[in-house]
Amino acid sequence: MIDLTYFKAQFETLQQDNPDGEIASIRKESFDVFNKTGLPTYKTEDWKYTSVSSLFELVYHQGKHTVGIADLEALRMPGHHKANELVFVNGRFDAALSNVLSPADEMTVLSLKDAINGTYSDLLRKHLNQSSTYIKDGVHALNGAFIDEGVFVHVHKGKIPQHPIYVYHIMDGRTQPILAQPRNLIYVDENSKLQLTETYATLGTSDSFCNEVLEMVVEQGAFVEYYKIQNDVAHANQVGTTHITQVGRSYVHTVTVTLGGGIVRNNLNLILDAEGDETHLYGLYLLKGKTHADNHTLIDNKQPNCFSNQLYKGISDDSSTGVFNGRIMVQPDAQKTNSFQSNKNILLSDNATINTKPQLEIFADDVKCSHGCTVGQLDEEALFYLRARGIPRDKAEVLLLQAYAADIIAQIKPMAIRAYVEKLIYDHLSIV
Amino acid sequence: MLSIKNIHANVEGKEILKGINLEIKAGEVHAIMGPNGSGKSTLASVLAGREEYEVTEGEVNFLNKDLLELSPEDRAREGLFLAFQYPVEIPGVSTTNFIKAAVNEKRKYQGLEPLDSVAFLKIMKEKMKLVEIDQSLLSRFINEGFSGGEKKRNEIFQMAMLEPKLAILDETDSGLDIDALRIVANGINKLHNPDRAVLVITHYQRLLDYIQPDFVHVLFNGRIVKSGTKELALELEEKGYDFITDEIDLTAQ
Repeated sequence: MIDLTYFKAQFETLQQDNPDGEIASIRKESFDVFNKTGLPTYKTEDWKYTSVSSLFELVYHQGKHTVGIADLEALRMPGHHKANELVFVNGRFDAALSNVLSPADEMTVLSLKDAINGTYSDLLRKHLNQSSTYIKDGVHALNGAFIDEGVFVHVHKGKIPQHPIYVYHIMDGRTQPILAQPRNLIYVDENSKLQLTETYATLGTSDSFCNEVLEMVVEQGAFVEYYKIQNDVAHANQVGTTHITQVGRSYVHTVTVTLGGGIVRNNLNLILDAEGDETHLYGLYLLKGKTHADNHTLIDNKQPNCFSNQLYKGISDDSSTGVFNGRIMVQPDAQKTNSFQSNKNILLSDNATINTKPQLEIFADDVKCSHGCTVGQLDEEALFYLRARGIPRDKAEVLLLQAYAADIIAQIKPMAIRAYVEKLIYDHLSIV
Repeated sequence: MLSIKNIHANVEGKEILKGINLEIKAGEVHAIMGPNGSGKSTLASVLAGREEYEVTEGEVNFLNKDLLELSPEDRAREGLFLAFQYPVEIPGVSTTNFIKAAVNEKRKYQGLEPLDSVAFLKIMKEKMKLVEIDQSLLSRFINEGFSGGEKKRNEIFQMAMLEPKLAILDETDSGLDIDALRIVANGINKLHNPDRAVLVITHYQRLLDYIQPDFVHVLFNGRIVKSGTKELALELEEKGYDFITDEIDLTAQ
């Protein structure tokens, strides 16, 4: 039986401890939405293929964690010596484990509370929780109801930081099941550049549920690269929303790689709110076991002359499930929109499932939009060719699957991260 | 080296090979000729282990092993090589990495240490010269965007790298212009030695101007209906396959 009433006590404690200010009122609004909306069911169109109700059968309590530097050490990605590392433990920013290398005139990293109470007050009031105008389900609202130890990042005007940002989400499931609800806002100022990689790890054997919301605002002339790498254990679940608003003419490039986890739902929203915005979304999901990975993308073309391109590729093995839902909206003002979408899938097992759905809503008359999806199998001819040269079937399959993934991997621009992902994929595919 | 006894094989329930017998000894070059649809490529596929082909009767012995019991990869590691009639394009897999993997799989099977990059590159350079293939092709993905001639040359290059005991060339001459044909044939000739055998499958005689066969067999309707020396190929070229089929009709009468 699902009992959500315990969230009320947790919510009230949080409100009592942090009574005033803008964040408390966002929490209040969000909690009202959560109570009113409840959890999505298969009748909710956006959740038709993904059920999260099982994740709410557990009762989650915030407890003390024991995550230390040694735990982080094991998770660090290559290039970390030259990266700004932001560490979130059980959804809360951990300043002691984090390390900001970029100088203060390039990048500011503050808690949301300090940001909204200080010089960034207006900016946060304007942009914090904008994702809720697009995503109105209870899971998203639950994150809003518990905004607490989140972070605000400002990449300063005209600055191109030398150091990328690495974000580690660590869930400490060594003593009890964990619900982590990270909430962060990133402001990429005019003519600046941000390179951001997020990754996730659950420690211990208890289930984890990371319900994340990351909001990003991209100004005129800014350039963003965003990489999300999901390779967590089978009892790690995730609903993550990345909501990027391109408020000035800018360029965004994202790659989402999903290898492991239990139930994984990614919402990636791109709001193209300035003429000439350009955005590229790439995704790769290589699923096995019982992993269920659902990528929901939204491109909202609000202004003329915007360009977007999406390519998501998936492989489902064992009894895994892959879902792709790509929604493209073209608003009446968004003439001359170019928006392209492609989703390709390979099924490796009789018990694996792929659900793929393009969703185009076009309200302007002079646009170019295309979409396409395929579901197929590994090329038997190619497999035989490799085997006929002495390469055993399992290795031949790995070679072909790596080849299939290669054009997405090639979109990971930093060499250190790309090599890291290549290695993860090789290991992932090689372990039967 | 290879002993084929009374092989029958079906594709999708239809019998294509209807009792093939063939003996190939080390050092020999055999050619199998025949009209379209006679079963030439089916024979090559059965020997290489293509799974859609069901062997219903007969046996094949290769270097004292029951060939039909072996997986395609083990056949290759035992020293059988099939140059494909239509080599597959595999985008995303680099030709060099693929050949290195293949060479090292074979070495592993033979109980040898894998070649390191330096040793591999050295051998690769030698063989590239031998079959006149350009480095630029090998740094590309397998056969992707290759011309017909480049694909066939790549097959011969792989053969050179893998040094098979028995090479089966399935219509390697098809789609080649005269220069490409000469280069491919030269490559094959250079690799031929008394320990190795070659089985050339072809529709036309022209490849046999460059590769001198010791024996020529005519395959017709799933059976070898005539065997002879290279003069048989010339006779076929001159008179066409009709003269064989007429002969068979006569015998039947």
